[in-house]
This record gives sequence, structure tokens and C-alpha cells, in this order.
Amino acid sequence: MSGVTSINLVENALLVSIQDDVTDTEIVDLQETLSNRIAKDDVKGVILDISALEIVDTFVGRVIAQLAGISRLLAAETYVVGMRPAVAVTLVELGMYLPEVRTALSLTHALSQLRRD
Amino acid sequence: MTDLQGKPNGPLLASINLAVSRDVVAARQAVARFMKDRGASTLRVTRFATAVSEIARNAIVHGGGGEISIYLDKRNEYLVVECRDKGPGIEDISLAMSDGYTSRGGLGRGLGGAKRLSHGFDIRSTPGEGTIVSMSVKL
Repeated sequence: MSGVTSINLVENALLVSIQDDVTDTEIVDLQETLSNRIAKDDVKGVILDISALEIVDTFVGRVIAQLAGISRLLAAETYVVGMRPAVAVTLVELGMYLPEVRTALSLTHALSQLRRD
Repeated sequence: MTDLQGKPNGPLLASINLAVSRDVVAARQAVARFMKDRGASTLRVTRFATAVSEIARNAIVHGGGGEISIYLDKRNEYLVVECRDKGPGIEDISLAMSDGYTSRGGLGRGLGGAKRLSHGFDIRSTPGEGTIVSMSVKL
């Protein structure tokens, strides 16, 4: 995995920061890396920080939805944090609703949700 | 929009070869930069850069690669992006544009979505020769 994405263990969750120049190849690689880490680190959740992403198109949206589906099968909830307002508007215009994904406005909010679960 | 019939008639700002997935990032970032430099709003930049991302990826995945050219129209009112590939072409454009249609297991919202996110959108395809997508955004 290149330096465009970082994965850090924070409390009982994996914090994944996705950088704006992430490529399709790298984000697909992330699915495999992350599924292995969820099992190995025995976490309750995955927090995808997309605050650096200037755009989320249908491909990236689909990969995020799949990541959420994979982590749910491994008994972890996925939260997307830091979505920019313009990205949210654009995703809705594209017709993507990401039903598998829970969203939180901030990392703090996502962590408090995970503590409660 | 008449500007999109035929070749754009304003200055060429940049051309980007589309071969690997990193080129999609380069194309959308270039478009975003040109729009920001001309004072476009964040939402307008995000919407159009997303449309460009969809079309550039299509050229690589379905068209076997291609090229994106970024123009200003002659009155500097629109940014015009033209994406060409020499792939197999699209047999039925209206089918491909409809939401839910997918040829490769995607969500089938890419083409229709790109059109919704652009101010001008034109697609010409010749089976066996390739596809040209012209998109524009008001500056």
C-alpha cells in the first residue's frame, strides 16, 4: 500500500484516512488490507475519514459501500466521517445513498457511537 | 449548446493522456484547478470534477485508454472538457445513458450522472472506432 492511505488503531476502531490523490487501484487494495486488519486487530468499527477527498464518484462510492459490507460481515461497523457538503450534494445527484454506511460528522462523534454500541 | 457541436473553438489549456488509474486523478485535479483559478464555487467544482472523473475512468476501463483535452470556450464563459478514446464504442447511447444500465458490474450511474453534473453534455460514438464525450461547465 502506498502512502496515500493510512490506517491507525484508535481505541476499538481502525481509523482510515483516504487522501485526495488515491487511485482506483489503491482503493481496491484497501479493501483487502482493511479486511485483514479488522480480523487481526479485533476491532468493533472502521472509521473512514474522507475529509481530504474533493470528490467521491460512483467508483469510489461503490468501493466505500463494499468496504462497509465487508466490515459488517466481520462484525465491525463502518462510519464515514468528514464528508464535505459539496461531496454529499454530488453523491445524491449521482443517485448514490450508501445504505450500508453510517455517517458521523466527526471522528469524536464516530468514536462515541462505537463506545455505545 | 452550440459550442459543443464540433471542435471546441477556444484555447486549449491542457491535454492529459489516459492510460492508468492515476491519470483519472490527474485529469479531475487539472479540471478542478482551472475552475478554482477562475473563481468557480466549491459545489460547482466538485460536481464537474466528479463528472470528469466518471468519463475519464470510462475511457480507461471501456475504451482501452484515451485522452482528455481541457479548453476555454471563445468567450471564456465555459470550461469545455473533451474525452476521446479509440475503444469499441457504444452501440446504444440512450441505453448506456440510462440509470441502472451497466456493462461491467458497476452501479450504472456513471454516464447519466456525469450528464446531470455538467451544464453541457454531448456524446458521439462509432462502434469499432471510439467515443468522444464533450462536457462543459459554466464559469
